[in-house]
Amino acid sequence: MQGFRYIESVVTLSFDAEKCSGCRVCTVVCPHGVFAMGDDKRAYIADRGACMECGACALNCAWDAISVTPGVGCAEAIIHSWIHGGEPTCGCTVPAVSGSGSAMNAADSAASGCCGGGKPEAPEVYDPRAGAS
Amino acid sequence: MPSSLNTSAVPSATVGAPTRLSTRLTWRDQLKRWSLRWGVARGSSRVEPALYRIGEPGPASPIIVTCNYRMTVDLVRRDLDAVDCWLLVLETHGVNVWCAAGKGTFGTDELVRSVRAARVAEFVDHRTLVLPQFSAVGVAAPATQQLCGFRVVWGPIRSRDLPAFLAAGQKATPEMRAVTFTLAERLALAPVEFIGSLSHARWAIPSLLLLATVGASLGARDFVWNAALRALFPAALSYLIASVAGGVLTPALLPWLPGRMFSVKGAIAGAALALAFLVALPGMLGQMSAWGGAAVLLGASAYSSYVAVNFTGATPYTSPSGVEHELRRALPVEAIALGLGIICWTLAWYLAGQTMTPGR
Repeated sequence: MQGFRYIESVVTLSFDAEKCSGCRVCTVVCPHGVFAMGDDKRAYIADRGACMECGACALNCAWDAISVTPGVGCAEAIIHSWIHGGEPTCGCTVPAVSGSGSAMNAADSAASGCCGGGKPEAPEVYDPRAGAS
Repeated sequence: MPSSLNTSAVPSATVGAPTRLSTRLTWRDQLKRWSLRWGVARGSSRVEPALYRIGEPGPASPIIVTCNYRMTVDLVRRDLDAVDCWLLVLETHGVNVWCAAGKGTFGTDELVRSVRAARVAEFVDHRTLVLPQFSAVGVAAPATQQLCGFRVVWGPIRSRDLPAFLAAGQKATPEMRAVTFTLAERLALAPVEFIGSLSHARWAIPSLLLLATVGASLGARDFVWNAALRALFPAALSYLIASVAGGVLTPALLPWLPGRMFSVKGAIAGAALALAFLVALPGMLGQMSAWGGAAVLLGASAYSSYVAVNFTGATPYTSPSGVEHELRRALPVEAIALGLGIICWTLAWYLAGQTMTPGR
């Protein structure tokens, strides 16, 4: 992501090379190329400052070699958590499933645009034009 | 329930064959996409979660997994036009893949539940699911395999890369794995940001008109009933300037505006646009003096800065630690600038009020 760098000094990512099995999954799931494979067949942090703390690497590392405090990098969510308490979560429809995310009411969510959340109304089913059988 | 009579390519005696989705978008679909982009009628943007057919899938066809946000399903089926595959739509309550994965709704539990509920295993003879790379934030591949027997293959970030990804034997190029944030991608997000920022006008404009009335009445030592009318144009235009600067200009010019903090970028955009208007259209101040100019400049910078910080939630590269770090520094400065702007605004109307004959 050339031209897009954010505040790098506060990133919470850490990596324990001792535990790395060399499965490469962190290099696959990271959208910012934070990890790369070293000559020792283990991963290493190649670009720590590009980490956006999404948590995909840590969740998918079967060897527990990566830790990061994951969350949404969204000002609205963080301000909301300061005012109402709880973990920052986007202001869209659904309460977070895991953790103590603040359960937002479906009704407030229509105002929030970022996530594509809307009021869960009657499910919309496509007209199967190609012909259902 | 095995059935020896079943010779169909879709071996299900108990479940009806999955509905086939069209890969052509109708004008209604395009209209829906446009309305979602502009933040109009965002309700009913859910698709019924289920297993669907795209083209003529068979037991060896790949299974693509996605969320049930209407715009996402529309783009995925459009991009899969020339592909025969299964499309498993998870219940994410109408939220896109990345956000839903971040919340855990597009997560291991929902994936495993859907695979079982849709009896995916009865339609295919392989045990591989293709998931969008962004869902790795919520789906743990090792746990998924343990729980439902299906191996997770991380697909490309963008659905338009799916045909090439599948054709290459489910292999992604580095380009397919890297997130981008092009001008077009940023501008697609701007309308919803801009419309969202307008919602503050409900209390911001009346407050400005009230302050103008109070200021002018104090200056005139009498109630100036039409001060609010005179203040309406400068108040509305200033507000619009700040919203456009923070919600449209800042996203568009993101890589070129100085600083890393969105608040700094937004403040600069707000100040620049306000200054341009003050120079090109001095009449926008109405009866206000130079204090009015200072009020517009300070207020527009502060509000544009605030709107710009909120754009962090729509970008694909800001970390929560970084946003919190920025907010702790930016919010007090924005509040002070806004406060000073409000003082200048009231003062400008006080001075203007001194020259007004009390209207009645």
